[in-house]
Amino acid sequence: MSELMDLYQEVILDHNKKPRNRGTLEDADHEAKGDNPLCGDQLTLYLKMDGDRVTEIRFEGRGCAISVASASLMTETITGKSQSEIAALYESFHELLTGDPSVAAEAGAELGKLRVFEGVREFPVRVKCATLAWHTLMAALEGEDASVTTE
Amino acid sequence: MTTLESSNKSRPATGDRPPFDVVRIRADFPALDQTVHGKPLAYLDNAASAQKPQAALDAEAECYRRFYSNVHRGVHYLSEKATDAYEEARRKVQRFVNAAREEEMVFVRGTTEGINLVASTYGKQHVGAGDEVLITTMEHHSNIVPWQLLCEEKGARLVVAPINERGEVIVEEYEKLLSERTRIVAVTHVSNALGTINPVAEMIGMAHARGVPVLIDGAQAVPHLEVDVQELGCDFYAFSSHKLFGPTGVGALYGRLDLFADMPPYQGGGEMIRSVTFEKTEFSPPPARFEAGTPDIAGAIGMGAAIDYLQALDMNAVAAHEHDLLDYATRALEAVPEVRIIGTAANKASVISFVIGDVHAHDVGTILDREGVAVRAGHHCAQPVMDRFGVPATTRASFALYNTREEVDRLVAGVERVKELFG
Repeated sequence: MSELMDLYQEVILDHNKKPRNRGTLEDADHEAKGDNPLCGDQLTLYLKMDGDRVTEIRFEGRGCAISVASASLMTETITGKSQSEIAALYESFHELLTGDPSVAAEAGAELGKLRVFEGVREFPVRVKCATLAWHTLMAALEGEDASVTTE
Repeated sequence: MTTLESSNKSRPATGDRPPFDVVRIRADFPALDQTVHGKPLAYLDNAASAQKPQAALDAEAECYRRFYSNVHRGVHYLSEKATDAYEEARRKVQRFVNAAREEEMVFVRGTTEGINLVASTYGKQHVGAGDEVLITTMEHHSNIVPWQLLCEEKGARLVVAPINERGEVIVEEYEKLLSERTRIVAVTHVSNALGTINPVAEMIGMAHARGVPVLIDGAQAVPHLEVDVQELGCDFYAFSSHKLFGPTGVGALYGRLDLFADMPPYQGGGEMIRSVTFEKTEFSPPPARFEAGTPDIAGAIGMGAAIDYLQALDMNAVAAHEHDLLDYATRALEAVPEVRIIGTAANKASVISFVIGDVHAHDVGTILDREGVAVRAGHHCAQPVMDRFGVPATTRASFALYNTREEVDRLVAGVERVKELFG
């Protein structure tokens, strides 16, 4: 049961209930769709950039609590960050969820709030719920119209 | 289980069969006796795949240990024994659905392959440009996609009969959609996502009145209902072993012999030929024509043993037990605020799909799993059904003969736990 509480931490439940940055951006420079066919999660990201910095980001879609909270927290975290900062965060986040536990524990103090997803590592089938938004973000940054799938 | 077409051919409830005793039945299924995350396993995912009785496991292992060889080939002792056992399994499958002749039963990998076989043989032969294939909204993807591929290839049209709010086929609409261009109807006997038992005998009658043959997807029906293909009058009936408490990787396709006889081969290879030269190959008659290559010999034998196991039980008592679980679980879940049951057909098998407020099914599935309760969470390979009811996914509990009311109680307690967490 404690693993369950680690998975569904207050912050995650809160972001699932009241997602931040949900919606669309009419004048987005980048847009990408992601989906997770196994659970039917779907996500679209809209980004506005200034040079290589993300100035604004919105998401819409539907999914489980983990995927919605992950998208919400991701949008908060990366606003104002440069592409290389985002790539580093992505790597640390991935390490947190799937990497060697001792390494993961050290990985990136820069993850900040994103550390609430640490509990997901005990639920391997749910890892892709947490990473869907990030995969989609990387696709959005690479191309103007992209789509990714976790399968 | 109350069913329109299949329950009246009752087997004696007493006599040489012991009374239905769920504790004794559970003891026959070794996988049920384990703990998951420290809790006793409550396996409520039977519509995805069912657990296996020791007798089926033993039969498969026994084949490999004692009389394994290739079938229909050797003149030696083991080959003869293996062939006998494999063909005996075919007769068990034949009797199980009351087909008139054993040549009408083809072993396949499962329901999906059975449907693909018909689509790519009978379908390719009879469906042409401008023709129609009629299915229903509640089909599993495996009874949609093979027909969609066929229609794309041939320039034919896939026509879909609608379902109502309860998740029942609207039979009058279905009848209207049977047109002079309809070349085949493919419909499920029992919906995997909703539990609906379709009035297939009536639907087959309507199609036959217009000279249209009907394939029935029986994957979800055979574990629960007594199926009699002659009484139903269907032209094809496909089902899987693994949902029937048998091994994975094998299933059976029933086809009327006069249809099978005129159908081209499904795959080319050994077993399915009479003679081969580089100029011309003569094909074997059914069923061998449709069984190219070495079949799943031990799997078919295990499937036969699972059927023996089921047939030794009083199926009326099994049906009554499953129906009790369905009623009990339906009442209990209906009583939980914010739970919405998807699929409320008057005639249902022991499958309950539901949503809890706006909590995603995957979160529900994870929380129930930590309580030791195994359910399916997702779209159940029936995305059009999910779209019809406006939900991305559901949680599905599906009961088999070995489940208990106590397990239903644990499911409901888990649902309460979900509400606590997500409240």
